[in-house]
Amino acid sequence: MDPIKITATSITVALISAIQINEAASETLELSGFVQAHAVVRTVDVDCPAGTECDVPFNDQRAQIKAEGGNESGSVAYLGKIDLIHNWALNDIDSEVRELYVDYHTDDFTVRGGRQVITWGAGDLLFINDVFPKDWGAFYSGQPLEYLKLGSDAVKLDLFMGSTTLEMVISDFRADRLPDDRQFIISSPFSASLPRDMEEPEAPEYALKLSGYLRSWDAAVYASRGYYHAPALMATATVVRGTHPRLNTLGISLSGPVASGVLNLETGYYDSEDDGNGADPTMENSQARLLIGYTRQIGQETQIGIQAYAEWMQDYDAYKHTLPSGYARRDEVRTVATVRFTQYYLHQTLTVNLFAFLGISENDSYVIPSVRYAFSDNLWMELGANILNGSRSGMFGTLGDNDNAYVTMRYAF
Amino acid sequence: MKPNTLSVSGTFWLFVALLFLTSNVNAAEPDTRTIIANSLQAFYYTGDDMHARVLMRLINAQGRERNRELTMLRKNIGAEGEQRYYIYFHTPSDVKGTTFMVWKHPQQEDDRWIFIPAIKLVQRIAADDKRSSFVGSDFTYEDVSGRTVDDETHTLLSTEEFDGRPVYVVESKPKGKTDYERRVSWIDRERWLPLKEEYFDSRGEIIRIFTADRVEQVEGHWTTMARTMKNLQTGHRTETRFDQVDYGIGLQENLFSERYLRNPPQQWIR
Repeated sequence: MDPIKITATSITVALISAIQINEAASETLELSGFVQAHAVVRTVDVDCPAGTECDVPFNDQRAQIKAEGGNESGSVAYLGKIDLIHNWALNDIDSEVRELYVDYHTDDFTVRGGRQVITWGAGDLLFINDVFPKDWGAFYSGQPLEYLKLGSDAVKLDLFMGSTTLEMVISDFRADRLPDDRQFIISSPFSASLPRDMEEPEAPEYALKLSGYLRSWDAAVYASRGYYHAPALMATATVVRGTHPRLNTLGISLSGPVASGVLNLETGYYDSEDDGNGADPTMENSQARLLIGYTRQIGQETQIGIQAYAEWMQDYDAYKHTLPSGYARRDEVRTVATVRFTQYYLHQTLTVNLFAFLGISENDSYVIPSVRYAFSDNLWMELGANILNGSRSGMFGTLGDNDNAYVTMRYAF
Repeated sequence: MKPNTLSVSGTFWLFVALLFLTSNVNAAEPDTRTIIANSLQAFYYTGDDMHARVLMRLINAQGRERNRELTMLRKNIGAEGEQRYYIYFHTPSDVKGTTFMVWKHPQQEDDRWIFIPAIKLVQRIAADDKRSSFVGSDFTYEDVSGRTVDDETHTLLSTEEFDGRPVYVVESKPKGKTDYERRVSWIDRERWLPLKEEYFDSRGEIIRIFTADRVEQVEGHWTTMARTMKNLQTGHRTETRFDQVDYGIGLQENLFSERYLRNPPQQWIR
């Protein structure tokens, strides 16, 4: 076994055993969880390719058990969340460890080891410095938001220095989950009959965040050394090979009060290290990314949020010259605007929400309306839709055959 | 010297006018603004810091009930009214572990953050919604963390007995546009706590009623241990009970930071 690959896992195992020896009797243990049903109906009338679930691409029944606890002094805490999933659409039963970690707290630092969700950055569903794995299939099918984030198998050290915090993460590589062609209609330049050969990096990823308050503003600086979480694909005559090229990122975010609302700013530089001059068409070019967002209340129980986002491709000339013929050419600057509207009714038991991505440069859109009603503290139901329109070469438009309506029902215990 | 003489005589006449004014009401009574300021002080600022376990019962007109159980930590910073609040939700299970923090600034908009444990997200939230419902209850954010005395103009209506307690009855009218037109408060003349508040709309109808249901002395501080806010328009009400109230426990200011939003301070949350 590669000695580096197992860093995060082995440190975690060591941490857990050390704690078990030290804290033979755990002082608290709390169990909770939920059962959830989630079904998705395709709302566009299309002929699905063989092997793609067409009318009801998702029909999941899920049970989650959460266990958490710690010792009396609070220096040790743990949390585990395990899902059991019956995937009716694909006729599959599966289990998944969503999170499983142990914390060790002191006055000056916290160490968290194990599978953990990490969320960084100031964007609303737009990610620049959040370089942690995501599940886009769950997102496009209307699963509750928490399923967009995948846990990282990582050791995370938070150092507290006065009002400044330094977070350091070492994690095993975990790829993003992209929409699965058994459930989504995906246009691909590669023949579906060619076998896929996907390779994942063995070496760990590193990420740093330094954050603090500047008067009333939350400020953070980020850096990471890792890999693109979506694969770069390359076809030969016999196989489609997928690799995850190296990626370094550097960025900042700022978030603070402006005119009774909250202004968010985030920027980052994506250094595509394996494609330094931008001449390899199978890999992403380096990019500069920028986001400006503003959220405020516009009436009682009513909130609105808007964001403007841009990705500026570096080495655009090299990209243009090396792009194989037949491929849609991307713009040098990709721009997206988003709008979020949220309104609560009936003592916040009824939530009406609308989120829209508007692809300005790519001329496409992705609109997510939803209505959620809480019948009680334990039971809620959500109805919603994922509506993708516009240019088929755009990031959202390319999924245009996957418009859907969904229903989710959850009983928490 | 002419200017000096003028200012002396100015001060003299001001003094006379003040004497006349105060003696005209009642020399022993504080002015109305002071009554409200004392009441806000007693209700929101008692002790240097505070811990409480709070149970909120949200009951709709049909009697169906939802519960929110939370731990509240509060610390006063300096003498200018600056405060920090930290709230940890124990129940319901779907929101367990959610934390909420307010940096209250009397002279500017508050800063607020929420931590959503399912995605480990700390989010700054807009603070313009002081009159929005706190977690779906009949209490607003402002009812939880307090308002500023000069947000309203105050008039003393009478002094009387209420539930066996001597009270001031004060009418307050908000200066800015808000969801109520005026508010009438029954304020305990000795303990300064509000015993009842009625909120009126522009048609003169009562829209909400606050009642202090149980007032006790905790470590020398008079404390509203049980309170109800009832919405007369919807029939919805929220009954709130405070338990495990402690004052002067030595909370550190750095507890009110992102670090503890993400990792709740176990010694205070139990």
